[in-house]
This record gives sequence, C-alpha cells and structure tokens, in this order.
Amino acid sequence: MNEDLKKHITLLLAENLRFDNRKSDEYRKVSIEYGVVKSAEGSARVKIGDTEVLAGVKLEIGSPYPDKPDEGTIIVGVELLPLSNPEFELGPPSIDAIELARVVDRGVREAKSIDFKGLCIEKGEKVWLLVIDICPMNDSGNLFDASSLAVIAALKDTVFPEVEDGRINYKKKTDKKLELKNNPVEVTVSKIGKNFIVDATTDEEKVIDARLTIASLEDGSICALQKGGTEPLTEKDIDDMASLAISKAKELRKLL
Amino acid sequence: MTFKRPDNRKFDELRKIEAKAGVIKRADGSAYFKIGDTIAYAAVYGPRDLYPKFLQDPGQGTLRCSYNMMPFSGSGERVRPGGSRRSKEISMVTKNALLPVLDLREFPNAVVDVFIEFPQTDAGSRCAGICAASIALADAGIVMKDLVSAVAVGYVKGNVIVDLSKEEEDIEDAADIPMAIIPYNEKISLLQMDGILPKAELKKAIEMGKHACKKINEIQKKALKDKYKI
Repeated sequence: MNEDLKKHITLLLAENLRFDNRKSDEYRKVSIEYGVVKSAEGSARVKIGDTEVLAGVKLEIGSPYPDKPDEGTIIVGVELLPLSNPEFELGPPSIDAIELARVVDRGVREAKSIDFKGLCIEKGEKVWLLVIDICPMNDSGNLFDASSLAVIAALKDTVFPEVEDGRINYKKKTDKKLELKNNPVEVTVSKIGKNFIVDATTDEEKVIDARLTIASLEDGSICALQKGGTEPLTEKDIDDMASLAISKAKELRKLL
Repeated sequence: MTFKRPDNRKFDELRKIEAKAGVIKRADGSAYFKIGDTIAYAAVYGPRDLYPKFLQDPGQGTLRCSYNMMPFSGSGERVRPGGSRRSKEISMVTKNALLPVLDLREFPNAVVDVFIEFPQTDAGSRCAGICAASIALADAGIVMKDLVSAVAVGYVKGNVIVDLSKEEEDIEDAADIPMAIIPYNEKISLLQMDGILPKAELKKAIEMGKHACKKINEIQKKALKDKYKI
C-alpha cells in the first residue's frame, strides 16, 4: 500500500503539489502556548497543523556525574502515547521514541542553551536535574520539529521551585527563571524521490527515502544533525537540505 | 465549628467543569474533560483488529482501557513513565465502570481501545478519566446505553462533600469515595473508598454522588451535542 502512496505523493511533488496544498518548503500553521500545565515547573504546547505536542519540565535535586561534579544536567524522555496515533502501542519506549528523545536532547545540549554549571547547588553533592518529558497528543506528522520547539518553549517557561531544608517544595515557585541562551531550532527536511520537503505529514513520513534533522542557532550555525531513513544522501543533498533547514529555522524562531 | 471547604464551595458543589468532544484528530473518538485543575484526555481507537490473535473473543468485542498520568502531571515529584500498580488497577476499574453501557457483541474478535491521559491532576483523576472516556466512546460512534458519569465524594471532618480537591483529600482521616453512575438506571459501576467512613454516611454519600453525576452527565451530553451541532 505504501508503494501506491509513494507513487502518488511523488507524482504530486513533481508538480510541486502536496495533499494539503502546501509548497514543499512550507510549514503548516505553527502555534506555541506557554505554561499549559500547572504541575510542571515549565511547560508548553506546540501545534503544527493537527500535530500537537506537550512538553513539561520537572526539576529534581540529584547528585552530579562523578566526572562533572559541578554541573547539573537535562534528561529528555519521550512517550509516544498510543492516544496520539493508532500505530503507537503501550509498552517500554520504542526505538522511535528513543531516537526522538535523543535528537531533541542533543539539540539543547550542543547549543549550550543551558549553563549546566549554573545548575550546581553544592559541588560534588547536589545539582539541579531538569527532567523534560515530551508527550504527543496528536501525531499528524513531524513530531521531531514539534517536540524540539515544545522543549525550548517549556524551558523558557521554567521557574525554579522553592527549596526548604535541601528538599523541593513543589507547591511554591520562586521568581527565578531558568536562563537560556542560544536556543536551537530543529528543522527536519525529508527526501522523497528527488524532492525535499519540510514539515512532513504522517502519510509523507511513511514514504520518505531519507530525512535530515538539522538543529541550528540564531547565527545560522549548525549544532546537531541526525539522518534518518534507509536511503543514502549525496553531499549536494545534504548541502541543500541544510540551507533549507537553516532558513526555515529563522522563521520558526520568530514564534518563540 | 462548621467545616468550610478550602475553595468555599458548597458541600454539593462541583468544581468548574469543561468538556469537549473530538479533540484528537487521529483518534476514532476523543474527548477533553477538565474538572477543577484535573485535566483528562481520552482517545478511542476501534473497533479494530486485536492481536495477538489468541486474545480475540469470537463471542464479543474486547474493551481495553489504559489510565496514564503524564510524567509532569503530579502535584509533587515527577511521575515515572510506564505502568505502575496504581495505574494498572485504575485502568481495570475504569474498564469495569464503562462495560455495562456497551454492547460489544456487535464486533466479535475486535478490540476497542480507550487511552486516557492526564497532563495535569488535582484529585479525582480516575473519575475525570471515566467521564472523558464515555464522551470519547460516544464520539467514536460506539453504541452505548448511556454516558457513564463519575465523581469522587468525600467524608471530611464529619461532612459529606462532593468532588474532593487534592487539598481536601489530604485532610486527616478524609474518606475518598470515587464512584461512577449509569444515569438511566442509577446503577453504580465504580465504587472505591479509602479513609474512615461511618456506615450510616455511605448511603448519603452515594445519594450525593448520584446527584452530582447527573449534573456531570448533562455537561457530557452537551459536549457531544456541541460537536455534532444537535
């Protein structure tokens, strides 16, 4: 069945057409809402067309890694909720969930968005851990870009809770916001036949040859990459995909 | 001293409720149900093929329910993802609460999946989940005898009160009695309790719960009518 779908999508793309009438380099409508979950220290909802993703940040106090005694860290998790897509199943994180979590994590980490040293409470003993969870509410494609946008928005929304006797009082928030710099914006470019498209829908995702997720910074430099899909890419492909991603990232950044 | 509810509600007063049908595009039916600060989303998929095959029942369809709190939805620490003993039990009682209004003989061997997710909770989540699931099942076009409605009734400091908040639930010796009602025959399809409750108050608690559920039922029906513009 996917072969018919692929034929159909490719024929349309040759005429620069897509099922929803978008151009190949056009996103669906993107919206970001901040502070959507009271119980989280930071949260956001991102919608890209019908795709909807919630991201929430919970703060914990934990011990640092032995090789980085004065640094806090982030932990990114994704639950591909079976509520959001008929093909998702209950159970431990699938490889798709793990890849998504790691790609989002890498963007934030490599952009150095968060000053990990600033998360140190007591060297070698106590540091802040930012546990970021991503929950898709409806998967109509492009969870990568929606998730990474939701995570940056949720981090922007994050406020430290009160600490009493070394323990967190989750009921009380301070007025100290999490400081962020160099926000990465991830754009996934998919290759179908000879065509490059952004913001693929679930139908398009089923037939891609390859995809490249490019996390870029405000100055246009790249801070993380992930190639997916089974077909290889040429150097020129990569160059074209990166240029497209960086220019789309500039548009998305304005919404943050 | 007379007991005053922390949010000044009357003893039989529900928290503010919002309900909406059809909020998740990919699902066959879905609903949003917010009561106070508790938010439930329910998505229904099916009837669809049930695998592995040995689970199939040629006599009637199977209902599966899954209750899940998102990791950031708890009032305190992060909730670890993946099923806990608590979520497994709640999933089971949710299924039992909904089954009596369904007629699954229409689709033998198939499954109807109900996924209930909570981005944010403040007591009464299993009841909110059942309310959302009822709307979502109806939205999916599953034939139902009625919409199951649920609420937690409490016994706090000598008073029976409906729709406990987390703050009330945490009061010492408070009894928490989640219940689900099938409005048309007034039967009870979910009943649990923890805390201390004099036997004489149980009848009153159920009576108040029934009354509150009827109000909730109207809101559930309205959510569906709004979506289908009836």
